[in-house]
Amino acid sequence: MIVAKGLTKKYEDFVAVDGITFSVKRGESFGLLGPNGAGKSTTMRMIASTSQRTSGDLTILGKDPNKFGPEIRAHLGVVPQQDSHDRELKTWENLYIYGRYFGLSRKFLKAKIVELLEFAQLTDKRDTKVSALSGGMQRRLTIARGMVNEPEILMLDEPTTGLDPQARHILWDRLFRLKEEGVTLVITTHYMDEAEQLCDRLIVMDKGKIMAEGAPAELIKKYSSKEVLEVRFGSKNNAEAGQKIAHLGDRIETLPDRILVYSEDGEKILKQIHKMGLEPQTSLVRRSSLEDVFLRLTGRTLVD
Amino acid sequence: MSAQISEAKLTWQGSTKLIDLNKVRLWGPWFVAEYRLRNMSKWMWALIAFGLGNPLLYLMSVGIGIGALVNKNLGPNGIDGVGYLTFLAPALLATAAIQAAMDETTFPTLQGFVWDRSFFSMIATQLRSRDIVGGIMIASAIRCIVNTVFYELVLLAFGAITLESIPVLSFSAIFAGIAFACVMLAVSSYVEEDDGFFALVGRFIIAPMFMFSGTFYPLTSLPIYLQWIGWISPVWHSTDIGRNLSYGHAVEPWLMFVHFAYLAAIMVAGLLVANRKFGMRLNK
Repeated sequence: MIVAKGLTKKYEDFVAVDGITFSVKRGESFGLLGPNGAGKSTTMRMIASTSQRTSGDLTILGKDPNKFGPEIRAHLGVVPQQDSHDRELKTWENLYIYGRYFGLSRKFLKAKIVELLEFAQLTDKRDTKVSALSGGMQRRLTIARGMVNEPEILMLDEPTTGLDPQARHILWDRLFRLKEEGVTLVITTHYMDEAEQLCDRLIVMDKGKIMAEGAPAELIKKYSSKEVLEVRFGSKNNAEAGQKIAHLGDRIETLPDRILVYSEDGEKILKQIHKMGLEPQTSLVRRSSLEDVFLRLTGRTLVD
Repeated sequence: MSAQISEAKLTWQGSTKLIDLNKVRLWGPWFVAEYRLRNMSKWMWALIAFGLGNPLLYLMSVGIGIGALVNKNLGPNGIDGVGYLTFLAPALLATAAIQAAMDETTFPTLQGFVWDRSFFSMIATQLRSRDIVGGIMIASAIRCIVNTVFYELVLLAFGAITLESIPVLSFSAIFAGIAFACVMLAVSSYVEEDDGFFALVGRFIIAPMFMFSGTFYPLTSLPIYLQWIGWISPVWHSTDIGRNLSYGHAVEPWLMFVHFAYLAAIMVAGLLVANRKFGMRLNK
């Protein structure tokens, strides 16, 4: 569906995307993971065929987006980072006008809108002005809108950023359903849990480059340990304590607010720390996540 | 709200079956115009009230009030050989047409790029930037036409114009309205954020354009160092065409040509610049 080779985008002196290579298969759910400014959104815009690449090759649905932008866009569904509804229009009208941009007939849209409102759980908000919808509802409307043309690829740029946990879970459920229907998804996110839930495969991006590629579980296995022990000694004491326990576990990361100890058995490490006579203020043992993968690869956390 | 999950069934034929690319290529601007008209319909009563109320107020205060004064001092056909309202009508029409048309290019452009970023959602479909430019202009032209017709009905009711002069007056006003709307579309496409720019345009460009364009008296009554405002103003060009065609106000043939050429030139220039800038902003 999507093949990128040495894909590069430059804005004057600034290199936003620096020669990345990846491909996405039909029916796959593919993620672009990375902090703000990693080049995810720029990559998305190039795939969405609204931004011309500076160099490299890009093929979407078998066509070159620099030459066949409108032809490709006809078969994409795009969920931008910012909702862009007409706030004066009603919920159903926003779906309707978007469908009309694709030249879809009024008759087709009438039936489709009923379906999409149901999907987005907005049926009872059909005649509500968009300005009166909550953030989560507007987000679901944007996703429903992206599906009005029954796209081959649905692209979601930060689909749940700014939503409360409950709204996120509803959204994830909807997206999971689409995946089951066989729709190809391309998702950018800086949320680890989102990537782990939704993506079959992902690339980790930083500063315009790909740092790692694989399935979430694979990446965790490759770049991190099974468990992580998080201990806090207070921001003044972390550095000193970090040095004392540096020999424990497979690896250790000292962050300003906490120390992460990577190992196969977090509880065991915690006991060893207590034996050394150190008393952390708080401690937590958890599974390794993509957050740890990112930390390992870049030495930085994802969300500052 | 609990996360109750509805079993929504989606029917999926696929976009390859649904979308007729040739149809969109041909009708793209009309789909955008359709959206603009739907947006306008939300303000329909305000637009109608404005479209009728504006001429009513003008005709009662300026037309009748000042007109009575002018006619008293200069005789009933004292200015340009016709009554004052008849002299005034083409200028009022041009101004109203320009205001209506540019309202539908300036604010929608700011809305599309800045307020709700709707242009960016349009460009994500297979619409091209030139379809968006075309759609905005079609909707603007429609508003301009409707507004002009309203105005003419009021003028007709006041006896300021004759029924026969309506086609030519419509032409001169709408031509200027669309031409200047193209210019404002180009200008608006450069506005990066909502910083009150349009309020300044209204006060320092539109208002003088209306006052100094031979609106209330022949342009030649102004001292020469103020006449240039009229020369660059679409209101003057339109008004001169309108006066000539509606009641035979004398205009040299070469000057008539200049009037048409000027309006056509700013229309084409505006469209070209807008088209280019829209493309640049939407395909970064």
